Amino acid sequence: MTRRTETPGEISAREEEPTHVSLPPPKAPATTPLMAFDWAKKNLFSNIPNTILTLLCVWLLWETIPPLINWVLLSAVWSGGDPAICKAAEGACWAFIAEKHRFMLFGLYPFDEHWRPLLATALFVAVLATSCNPQFWRPWLLGLWAAMLVVCGTLMWGGVFGMTFVENARWGGLPLTLILSVVGIICSFPLAILLALGRRSDMPGIRAVCIGFIEFVRGVPLISVLFMASVMFPLFLPEGMTIDKLLRAQVGIIIFTAAYLAEAIRGGLQAIPQGQYEAADALGLTYWKKTYFIILPQALKISIPPIVNQFISMFKDTSLVIIIGLFDLLTTAKTALTDPPWRAFYVEAYLFAALIYWVFSFFMSRYSQYLERRLETGHRR
Amino acid sequence: MASTPPSAATPRGNQPKVVWWNDRRYRAILYQVLVLGGVFLLGWYLVNNTLTNLASRDIATGLGFLEREAGFDVSESPIEYSPADTYFRVLVVGVLNTLKVSIIGIILATIIGVIAGVARLSSNWLIAKFATFYVEGLRNVPVLLQLFFWYSLITEGLPSPRQAFNPITGVFLSNRGFGIPVPDWGGTMTAMLVALAAGILAAWGIARWARRRQEQTGQIFPSFRIGLALIIGLPLLAWLIGGAPTAMDAPELKGFNFQGGATLSPEFAALLIGLVFYTGTYIAEIVRGGILAVSHGQTEAGLALGLRKSLVMRLILLPQALRVIIPPLTSQYLNLTKNSSLAVAIGYPDLVSVANTSINQTGQAIEGVAIIMLVYLTVSLSISAFMNWYNRRIELKGGR
Repeated sequence: MTRRTETPGEISAREEEPTHVSLPPPKAPATTPLMAFDWAKKNLFSNIPNTILTLLCVWLLWETIPPLINWVLLSAVWSGGDPAICKAAEGACWAFIAEKHRFMLFGLYPFDEHWRPLLATALFVAVLATSCNPQFWRPWLLGLWAAMLVVCGTLMWGGVFGMTFVENARWGGLPLTLILSVVGIICSFPLAILLALGRRSDMPGIRAVCIGFIEFVRGVPLISVLFMASVMFPLFLPEGMTIDKLLRAQVGIIIFTAAYLAEAIRGGLQAIPQGQYEAADALGLTYWKKTYFIILPQALKISIPPIVNQFISMFKDTSLVIIIGLFDLLTTAKTALTDPPWRAFYVEAYLFAALIYWVFSFFMSRYSQYLERRLETGHRR
Repeated sequence: MASTPPSAATPRGNQPKVVWWNDRRYRAILYQVLVLGGVFLLGWYLVNNTLTNLASRDIATGLGFLEREAGFDVSESPIEYSPADTYFRVLVVGVLNTLKVSIIGIILATIIGVIAGVARLSSNWLIAKFATFYVEGLRNVPVLLQLFFWYSLITEGLPSPRQAFNPITGVFLSNRGFGIPVPDWGGTMTAMLVALAAGILAAWGIARWARRRQEQTGQIFPSFRIGLALIIGLPLLAWLIGGAPTAMDAPELKGFNFQGGATLSPEFAALLIGLVFYTGTYIAEIVRGGILAVSHGQTEAGLALGLRKSLVMRLILLPQALRVIIPPLTSQYLNLTKNSSLAVAIGYPDLVSVANTSINQTGQAIEGVAIIMLVYLTVSLSISAFMNWYNRRIELKGGR
């Protein structure tokens, strides 16, 4: 079967070399004191079509940038909880964000306890930042993650150390988005490895089950999996047993991500030369030893960029839980807008939420490019 | 112990006797029986629970509801539909609406993606930066958030139809949707479409014939230009024969909304704009990667053979770049189609949206979700089957 390449995110990072599609720019003459002039001539005015395009771009910038700066900074209203002032001003209404940011970030979490989700988020970001350095990829990092998850769970739920208990139906905002994605990736990863191995297995029965699962999940939209999780899971369970909405959505996300991750890992498995498998067999290793010591370390290294990309797209896709009524970051931003006096300031609200999503996703994608360069050991064809 | 036989007792080459549970073949069968049995048991358990639950909650089962009257209206439909029609018909309307937004979206996203991808590689610094800004800016924001943004922008940011924003004559942008003039040329329009189809067919035939002739005799035929001329020329000819009509059916303000022309509802417009700009960023990256994947030596070798620049592009660069581009491009097309299901969040009546309403009215969640999944699976699997066939056709022959 021909491999379907899935690139949810990044095409591999390559140096931006001059392309052969457009004419190569003419060689610059010997350096003169006017370096900027040379640079502009080479990069902006190399020929007539380029000059026209450059002038068009400059005109576009001239038309858009000053009004934008005016809107974002100069005429913006920064504080004061009065919508009337914002309506009168012609700039952005950052006062709206100032007024509603706690709700947008933490949703329905009890107002006086907001320090808890804030601390949990900060802790998570700190551990995430630590894990970014490949030098720290040691067994203790797993312990750190486990500790972080326990501490964050304690902070979010409370009920001990004098913290009031907060049921997870009241969780919301950025912490919920992060929980859905982190728990999603942690739980779907082992499942994905098993699915990928199963798909490469030479036992037809196991292969069929794995292919069936992967292709089925990848063939349907996430929203239908979430629908299934929200309306059908309750029917699947024996009578009297219920699981809450958050867990159901989480299970849906895990199932969905596992199928896509499995394909990313399968790509890595396929890239390993046949000789590695044969060498392991020749050493007399059992299947699991071969997989654990020889195959997976190499395959996972190759698949890191697509895995990170999958993580980015899952992080963005958690926003879909709005449709089954969970209070994630996008839902809280949208709900903040239902307050009648502030209805008109949707641009500010969406920009605020978009900026948070953007910062996380952008750094993850940059990080995946960095990893790809760093882990390049020259074995790849 | 002393009774341990010396190593010579088991001569090399004599296969040690293996008990059956240590034999690989039996083990494989055992594992498969266990896994399949486990899957089967799980399925049986879930089905059993579901049947008990359905019975205790008194929910009807089966597809009988498809025959019943739907009783709800949809805001837009490519075919005749009224609330008196059946659930089956409203689901067909949903499928058609999904296909409509997906097909238009795929075409526009490809155009934007190719432009942005090539622009990112431009030697013009400003153009490259513009494209990078677009790709990096929009790709890292959830598509659902973008849909909400566009939808708010259209329904709250644009003026009412009476003060509609009128950028070009005949085009109206208002919070009730976009009004666009359409050509009102009667039969000439049909004739032009027929001529276009004939032109494409003829161009394809000529290209085939020219290639075969070139392989046999070495003579070159300008099939590309002739084909292009046919594709553009035949509809033009049909238009001239039809009396060169220029009448346009432009939207006009009547009462509170526009009449005439073609109107895009705010929901459709927001969904289309959101999907196109979001998917365009991914396509741009795919195109950029594909072009970069062809090494520069290929161009130089082509030029060294004496081929013209346009021929190097068409015969050497494009076929190789396309081999890299097509597979991920297909999965982007599939992603766009699947993302069109987000329509439910802004109220465009696509399949998921109408199925959701049907589920709420009938309570038959299982059937509703199954129908959604079945339709998307059919589309996805048929496209991927087609792509596998296409991949086999264009993959390198002789290599592994």
